[in-house]
Amino acid sequence: MLEVEGIHSFYGKAEILRGLSFRIARGEVVALLGRNGAGKSTTMKSVMQLVRPRTGRVMFQDRDLVGAPAFRVAKSGIGYVPEDRRIFTDLTVMENLEVGRQPRREGAPEWTVDQLFDIFPNLAERRTNRGKHMSGGEQQMLTIARTLMGNPMLLLLDEPSEGIAPVIVEEMAETILKLKSEGLTVVISEQNLHFARAVADRAIIIEGGEKKFDGSFAELEAHPEIRDAYLSV
Amino acid sequence: MAFLFAQFLTGLANASSLFLVASGLSLIFGVTRIVNFAHGSFYMLGAFIGVTLMELLPGHVGFWGAILLTGLAVGAIGAFVEMVVLRPIYRAPELFQLVATFGVILVIQDLALMIWGAEDRLGPRAPGLRGVWRIFGEPVPKYDIVIIAITPFILFALWYLITRTRVGVLVRAATQDREMVGALGVNQAWLFTGVFALGSALAGWGGALQLPKGGADLLMDFNIIGAVFVVVVIGGMGSLPGAFIAAVLISVLNVLGVTYLPQSTLVLMFVVMAVVLIIRPYGLLGREEVAGEHGQVGAPETPIRPYGTTGQMLVIALLALLAALPLFADRFLLILMIDMVVFALFAASLHFILGSGGLVSFGHAAFFGGGAYAAALLVFHTDTPMELAFLFAPLAAGLLALGIGWFCIRLTGVYFAMLTLAFSQLVWSLAFQWREVTRGDDGLVNIWPSPWLSGTVPYYYFTLALGIGGILVLRHIIHSPFGYALRAGRDSPRQAEAMGIDVKRIQFAAFALAGVMAGLAGGIFVFSKGSVFPTELEIAASFDALIVVFLGGVKTLAGGVVGAGFMTVAEDWLTRLEYWRLVLGLVIIAVVIIAPEGIVGSLRRLWTRLRGTDEEALQ
Repeated sequence: MLEVEGIHSFYGKAEILRGLSFRIARGEVVALLGRNGAGKSTTMKSVMQLVRPRTGRVMFQDRDLVGAPAFRVAKSGIGYVPEDRRIFTDLTVMENLEVGRQPRREGAPEWTVDQLFDIFPNLAERRTNRGKHMSGGEQQMLTIARTLMGNPMLLLLDEPSEGIAPVIVEEMAETILKLKSEGLTVVISEQNLHFARAVADRAIIIEGGEKKFDGSFAELEAHPEIRDAYLSV
Repeated sequence: MAFLFAQFLTGLANASSLFLVASGLSLIFGVTRIVNFAHGSFYMLGAFIGVTLMELLPGHVGFWGAILLTGLAVGAIGAFVEMVVLRPIYRAPELFQLVATFGVILVIQDLALMIWGAEDRLGPRAPGLRGVWRIFGEPVPKYDIVIIAITPFILFALWYLITRTRVGVLVRAATQDREMVGALGVNQAWLFTGVFALGSALAGWGGALQLPKGGADLLMDFNIIGAVFVVVVIGGMGSLPGAFIAAVLISVLNVLGVTYLPQSTLVLMFVVMAVVLIIRPYGLLGREEVAGEHGQVGAPETPIRPYGTTGQMLVIALLALLAALPLFADRFLLILMIDMVVFALFAASLHFILGSGGLVSFGHAAFFGGGAYAAALLVFHTDTPMELAFLFAPLAAGLLALGIGWFCIRLTGVYFAMLTLAFSQLVWSLAFQWREVTRGDDGLVNIWPSPWLSGTVPYYYFTLALGIGGILVLRHIIHSPFGYALRAGRDSPRQAEAMGIDVKRIQFAAFALAGVMAGLAGGIFVFSKGSVFPTELEIAASFDALIVVFLGGVKTLAGGVVGAGFMTVAEDWLTRLEYWRLVLGLVIIAVVIIAPEGIVGSLRRLWTRLRGTDEEALQ
């Protein structure tokens, strides 16, 4: 479904991604693992074209996305949930969802506001609250729900477990599994190996903007030296 | 009492068209973050197009139909301007678009002159609403009452659009984080164009709706833009109800001012704005602008590098050429050079606070003209010798800057810019209306230098020494620890404060210093011309300096100086043409689009590329 081929991305003069390649198949949940600054978020932004890869290709359903404006990437069926959430704090919950709304898409699970309120019951209670009056966990749910309103085929979740309470992290894991069961393809970036293992089928480890490992969690467990070298446990 | 009420109704009726124009500006700013100076031009276009359409279409239907069509036409023009001029430069530094919109003003001015001619047009009376109604015995024009009745519906329609429709939700979301709106699948380019078109249409409607009360003339654009900005700032940038309250407040005060305190009219609204901003720094219903909230715009600032040997040689060669100029140049060229150096020093002082301090002042002419007036007043009233009076120019301008800066420095961004504008308008109206002292628009004349400087050549060297000296002092300060602290405060106020820099105090000192240097330029200016008029204090004078700094390049030290040289020569040439504003406007727009780093920045980029270092091109 998604093929990233040899992308190099920069912030100014700093090269963040150095020829990164990976593939995501339909229906998979894949975890991008790596330390702070390894290039996980930049990878997601490079897929969304919020950061433009200088070379390489990002093929989504056999179309190269490199150079397309971000809104076109979203319209082609990729949903993006940024690390810093970026909800619209002056808008109510309902209005935040409205911004994300896109027409339904062939081959992708369809979401309605009511279905999303089933998954995230907290949001239902706060539907007329403004974004700024919500807790970190609620904001995280809102940002995911907002992206799902676009009926994406592929969901990019940047550090969904960061900065929220442990109880909510567990809920979050359940939610991701629920999304997977609906047929959604999901890529999450994580530092939390425990969380990643709970939700993902496969792990890709990034370090210094390069891929260091790509395989199942069983394989990763068989090679503790990889884990020790690239992940802070 | 009845008279007062009638006055109040007149104020309300005036508020209507002011509110329409202001709400358009507020919408555009909220979403695109562009301070659209050309907004007054759309208002003017609305008036002219409205008059033309009303002449073509007869009767009731014709009148109201013409107003409706005018808005649509101006909206379409706005969309065109947005797509052609602004769309290529959204990624440029935030206040850079301002200069482009200034170019648009000039272009529209001359186009209007070409199409409609220089004569003022009287607006047609609204059919069926020609007379007056008596309210408590006082005559109130029927049209006023109708307008007052219509306005709440317009406010309601706008409010509904913004709060209750999908478009409104998207607009509000984009106001906060336009990149995220794009990442959710919304084409912001069209959202921006749509908002710009709507904002322009509102300005056009404002222009057409006031026709029966006023008319159409070529000065409308500048005449309304001050009031519109005041309204938007008092109400709070981006707030529609705020704009409405402020429009009513300003219009009613204005009507009362005309009746009871005629000499106050020019300053009144600026005094109100200054008071509001001092009490509520973000306007009545505005909200605080959080730095960085809208994401990083444009490339990060590159550090200023000292000149290499080539650069130093160039500067020395240029100085030598300037020093040797009287040997072969005629008097005319020397006078042009004096103008250029004066303007360069003025621009360099603005560049100092704008480029290094990040403080965009819209009222820098207050210090240039203030210095000029200070020296001229001494000579005119007390026959002070020129040498002493001249010293008074930078001194008085510095004191003025201390006073104004004390109020302004506490604000940031657009609000800072608007408060400096307000204060400069105050200074201007003092010069314009306090006739006993300043002789108003007759100006102060016969302000000549002492005999030893009265020749063109000695005065040229005097100008050169002080002008270049002042520029070098500014340059030196930018490279001193004070300059580092100033730039630190510009790039990251919080981190600078965490490092122990008192950012506001540093900015205050820089603002005062810039005032001193502008006053010095004003002092040289007044004795070179022998006179000073309120025009030196006008908004246009402040904008000239702003344009020069942006044209030259904000991020380069030489920017202000080079821009001033370019502008002096360009204006000298262009003003000989009939439609010079059109040409100048197009040149400004072209520079902004093609060379967004300004003249110096682009030259430097070219230079690094020629030398084969890829370092800059990577950015």
